Amino acid sequence: MPVKVASEWLNSCSGCEIAILNLGETLLDLLPQLDFVHIPVLMDHKHYGQLGDKKEIDIPKATVGLLSGGIRNEEHLEVAHEMRKKCDILIALGTCATHGGIPALINSYTNQELMDDYYTTDSTDPGATVPTKGIPPLLDRCYALDEHIDVDIYLPGCPPHPDQIAAAILALLSGQTPELPFKSVCDTCPTIRKGKGSISTIKRFTTRPDFDPDQPIDQMRCLLEQGYLCAGPVTRAGCAGDNGEAPRCLSARVPCRGCYGPVRQEGNQLLDMLNALASNGIDIDTIPDRDNLLRFSGAHNRLVPHRAPKTIGEK
Amino acid sequence: MGKTINIQPLSRIEGHASIKIQLDDDGGVASASTHFNSIRGFEKYVQGKPAEEVTRIVTRICGICPWHHHLSSTKAVDSCFGAEVAPVGHVLRECMQNMAHINDKILHFYFLAAPDFVMGPDADYKVRNVIGIAQAAPDLAKQVIKMRQLGQMMMEKFAGKVIHPIAAVPGGFSKPMSDSQRKELIENTKELLEFAKFSMAHAKENIFPNYLEEVTTLGSITTGFIGTVEDDGALNFYDGKIRLMKPDGTFQDFEDIDYLDYIGEHVQENSYGKFPYAKSWDEGFSMDLAAPKGIYRSNCLARINACEYISTPLAQAELEEFRKSFGRPAQHTLLYHWARLIELVYACEKTLELLMDPGICGKETRFDFTPKAGRGVGHVEAPRGTLIHDYTTDENGLIEKANMIVGTTHNLAPISMSVEQSARMLIKDGKVDETILNKVEMSVRAYDP
Repeated sequence: MPVKVASEWLNSCSGCEIAILNLGETLLDLLPQLDFVHIPVLMDHKHYGQLGDKKEIDIPKATVGLLSGGIRNEEHLEVAHEMRKKCDILIALGTCATHGGIPALINSYTNQELMDDYYTTDSTDPGATVPTKGIPPLLDRCYALDEHIDVDIYLPGCPPHPDQIAAAILALLSGQTPELPFKSVCDTCPTIRKGKGSISTIKRFTTRPDFDPDQPIDQMRCLLEQGYLCAGPVTRAGCAGDNGEAPRCLSARVPCRGCYGPVRQEGNQLLDMLNALASNGIDIDTIPDRDNLLRFSGAHNRLVPHRAPKTIGEK
Repeated sequence: MGKTINIQPLSRIEGHASIKIQLDDDGGVASASTHFNSIRGFEKYVQGKPAEEVTRIVTRICGICPWHHHLSSTKAVDSCFGAEVAPVGHVLRECMQNMAHINDKILHFYFLAAPDFVMGPDADYKVRNVIGIAQAAPDLAKQVIKMRQLGQMMMEKFAGKVIHPIAAVPGGFSKPMSDSQRKELIENTKELLEFAKFSMAHAKENIFPNYLEEVTTLGSITTGFIGTVEDDGALNFYDGKIRLMKPDGTFQDFEDIDYLDYIGEHVQENSYGKFPYAKSWDEGFSMDLAAPKGIYRSNCLARINACEYISTPLAQAELEEFRKSFGRPAQHTLLYHWARLIELVYACEKTLELLMDPGICGKETRFDFTPKAGRGVGHVEAPRGTLIHDYTTDENGLIEKANMIVGTTHNLAPISMSVEQSARMLIKDGKVDETILNKVEMSVRAYDP
């Protein structure tokens, strides 16, 4: 019997769903074992009946639920609860679902501040009032899933690597619980680390790092040791997939920004990074916007309004 | 009042939207409104961030078209900082821009739209999807999945990340392309071009002729169009002037930095998303089906209408055939699918053209830059339309103010109008069934929102 699967997306961008499609032919091989009962990106099963005449949301029962995105409005909250109710095993898919992701950057601001800016940009007609008719009201902030519902499996990543999505599905099909290893991006990064360097400040990524393009990545010096901010030490590994490739941003010769969230689910990428830098004698005041270290993990009250971003030289 | 129909969520589209249809006492359509339910606030939370970081944040506006946000944003930051861009950096960006279009069009045509045509608009929803196609036409499905995967993995292998890319940087591109990579990409692109040619021929032979009635009626409205063209009017996805065309085919061309003189955004009480309109036409904004005001459309059909010609031979031949049949500007909404395939052919040909020049392997792909105060507007043609990022930076190069006009939003008013048009056309005497409601959604899906 194929396993019933339901999928939904909340405060998200669809990148996680595209990552599922990026399983490619693997997905084709898996399809006979999966019975998708609800997946709006690919299938026309509706919330309120196929004729749109029901009053209550109804998602079919499923063994496995894939839920991407954080919870930002009342519709997201309703769908999240319905998914929890109808799915035996619920997977929080992607960093928005596990830690809020990029959209949780809004948690540094109030809804009022958001609306005041968004509906008064230079191209917006003057005097616009905030829309409210027939659209879901916002909650006070952007939440990770587990702030509202129980989550069985966390699969972070922005987006999660298709290898891990496939591994999770295969594990579940054989009755096991999938789990990503608790390693950091640095643990899987082949760049050359020489230990404590001589750097005392952090550079922005405004210059080309030192590397020979004709040489593989394991011949490049660690970008952090070259003085560039790199979130590798405080970010969960996995972006490279399961075939021993280099972390993906590093393979493009740019530093990690933390898209898999903290190494441990409850970790704090900002505090961990500042600790790591300070203990190596690096002046953390040279980071122009520290909150940016929480750009993927601003839910769980990590980012809150009215904390003005720190700027260079400010103590 | 008659009953209320709530189509939620709209499916086989990217994003969150719903349609509410209110019937009157006689079972006709009293009103049909489309609601765009998402607001995330990128304009707000990029504030205070180093501008060169924002190019890696705005990608999350859309997981289907992150490359286009990445590139539009990077171009805006180049301008804010007055950064000189390494010539090879521009070429690599343009190559990625076109490659990303290839994948997007395969995704939309085959995964999202095709089920309505291959399985039929009236097929059960359980099989009216790509999984149903995999069962009904396994060879085609296998080829489609293989080709989309090839396109995605080409980009991932070269540029590190295909979903939420990081390889474009202000001043250029993060790393060079090796000659062996170039040769492999050429072979891959040739394969994709063959698939594009097959898709175009297949659709013209087996799909469009079967749905001529839908193509010429469903969601049909009369509007203007927007697209990007080179100085001589050639279609271009990466750079050029923005062309805003009126329904009668006359047009104005402008530089992206001047977009505020031409485009305004109207706020509707029933959508978080804002509705861009042609401010420069000086007629205001109205979605009245009989007398629309300021309404223009974006995405493939708009670009195909806006350009004078296409610079690659196979796509140009398709454009000529298309214009012979449907004129310029072509207005029927379902022609978006046809235009999308013409652009698929173009994107493959253009990618190949860029890769054939060994100069793309130049080693100096990025110049260093100095963050500073300034304003920069960047734009590219995202698959869903002209995508504008507008930033102002402070003396440290942190974002002070941001405005973004995203491809799909140009089409929010036209989508709303097409929904109303198709609902009024199809729903009579209170008779509503799944096929009718799916056809209303087909008039949305054509826009690939």
